Amino acid sequence: MNIIVCIKQVPDTTDVKIDPKTNTLIREGVAAVINPFDMYAIEEALRIKERFGGKVTAITMGPAQAQDVLKEAISLGVDEGIHLSDRAFAGSDTWSTSLILAKALEKISDFDLVICGKQASDGDTAQVGPGIAAHLNLPQATYVRKIDTVHIDTTPRVIVVERLLEEGYELLELQLPALLTVVKEINEPRMPSLKGKMRARGTKIPVWTNSDLNIAEDQIGLNGSPTQVLKIFTPPQKEGGKLFKGEPQEVVSQLIEEIKDIL
Amino acid sequence: MSIQIIKDKCVGCGLCLGVCPLGAITLVDKKAVIDLDKCTLCGACVSSCKFSAIKILRQVVIKDDLSSYKGVWVFAEQREGVIAPVAFELLAKAKQLAGDLGTYVGAVFLGYNITAVAQELIYRGADKVFVVDSPVLENYIAENYTSVIVDLVNKYKPEAILAGATTTGRSLVSRIAVTLYTGLTADCTGLDVDKEKKIIVQTRPAFGGNIMAQIISPNFRPQMATVRHKVMPEAESDSSRTGEIIKEAFDESKQDKRLKFLDFIKETIATVNLAEADIIVSGGRGMQSVDNFKLIEELAAVLGAAVGSSRACVDSGWIPYSHQVGQTGRTVCPKVYIACGISGQIQHLVGMQSSKIIIAINKDPDAPIFKVANYGIVGDVLKILPLLTKKLKEMHEFKITSNV
Repeated sequence: MNIIVCIKQVPDTTDVKIDPKTNTLIREGVAAVINPFDMYAIEEALRIKERFGGKVTAITMGPAQAQDVLKEAISLGVDEGIHLSDRAFAGSDTWSTSLILAKALEKISDFDLVICGKQASDGDTAQVGPGIAAHLNLPQATYVRKIDTVHIDTTPRVIVVERLLEEGYELLELQLPALLTVVKEINEPRMPSLKGKMRARGTKIPVWTNSDLNIAEDQIGLNGSPTQVLKIFTPPQKEGGKLFKGEPQEVVSQLIEEIKDIL
Repeated sequence: MSIQIIKDKCVGCGLCLGVCPLGAITLVDKKAVIDLDKCTLCGACVSSCKFSAIKILRQVVIKDDLSSYKGVWVFAEQREGVIAPVAFELLAKAKQLAGDLGTYVGAVFLGYNITAVAQELIYRGADKVFVVDSPVLENYIAENYTSVIVDLVNKYKPEAILAGATTTGRSLVSRIAVTLYTGLTADCTGLDVDKEKKIIVQTRPAFGGNIMAQIISPNFRPQMATVRHKVMPEAESDSSRTGEIIKEAFDESKQDKRLKFLDFIKETIATVNLAEADIIVSGGRGMQSVDNFKLIEELAAVLGAAVGSSRACVDSGWIPYSHQVGQTGRTVCPKVYIACGISGQIQHLVGMQSSKIIIAINKDPDAPIFKVANYGIVGDVLKILPLLTKKLKEMHEFKITSNV
């Protein structure tokens, strides 16, 4: 089983502070980490490899500093990383981003499964995973909370997964190669090992630019992206919150007085 | 395609330095300079500049005759013939947008044995309902639903398509937008028409709601968006409304045989599902133990509310993951969110801060949860919850007896 994990570098939200005066995010000095959901994708890929053998490759798209997440993935046990980086990619929305990732997968070509986190913690779109599947016409399963079975000796080879939905979950069978996006419930990610860290330090990450992928310039970056950001603003702060302090009996009565009409 | 600082306008205030998520901007001789090797053209600096000194340059490529696209469509999600309430929210919004654009409201309705319920979509505001009724479509499979809807779009050319930002909506329309090569905006909380340009301005929270972005797709059609559930009011049912039901056949040769739906298992623990709940009672680390967590369930039962939780309680095994609210769990938007013993770390806030009314109970008066709360009680949650539950129960019983 050769597995590709698509990961993204995002600002670490545990570090994020809000400027109390302007109510905007303070982004300076915020550490960059692997998107939290991608950690589960990496872990699941490693577990499948441990059962069935094969290779795990991590890919990411982003500026030079994004290669840090590939190093971290390698320290966790991923075999290799590929960094997609080109000025021409900058400004890509989810349509173009998923095309660039899809073209990289096409170039790698030898894979059975693609795993992504369900969404990235900065953009929160959850669109890139299904987008890649659509570009490559791969069967997709989103919000996967468990891989039930993997049949690698059957023809065709299939995988059965549980998808977490609003009211419960569904069981879906997919032929490989396929693309999954995973939720937190699927596993508990491991910590990097010392050996892994050493290996990551010594690994040189190949960088693929658009001259490796050969995507038409009018399909990527700002010009290829159907969506445009018109404006970014800070939402108005909630004001006038009422705080009750004192004896339990008293504060409960005060609260009920306020909320009796809404509950 | 690039980004430019207009030097005459830049006063070197440095505001853009702080908003750049990549630290790509520095001040050189009191003028902002962008390191193009770090910049991803995200546009955060453009919005932050009070002097309009930063410009993103893009080439406009229009691939199609945009004026041939008419109609605002909604994807009407259903399970076993029951239309999801989010579809009625979308219809209300679509009606407003269609009014501003001077066009009709369409509903796309896929499933098996559903034709009889399609009329309800007309009562709720659709002028045309496109029904595709086939055993192959009985259960949602993204690949099959995509090929059906892509064919419908190519045939009827709607100018916009809205879907709920549900697990189904989000995974389906991502696939459709890529196949059609058009723009899609995720999880919108606001949609309005720019009446001059006749395009839809989509407002969405990013970074868990700490910033808002307005997105447009001016040169591509249809303009697509998923819409956060519970933010917009539902369209009322009006049985005097009339409309057209258009039946389209499913071309069975297009069935994607690589996927097989096996089963749907309704989760029994969740008596009320978080996405549909008007009220959510949520517990955090302050509940201290799995036994105390029952206090949350008791209050929820009295209010007919769903039970939520912070990450800490899920990690401690007090409640299954499907109840987790926050960055690595679900994003919820109920009318009332009651946070009990939840301090309000940003990872939790991003999942619930768009709730209409937030009530917080916490012993620490400086807990961040109080910053987003409309009402707060500073005190011991373990003492306060039983009192609150008891009083609310009395109130409800009083209401019931006085109604008889």
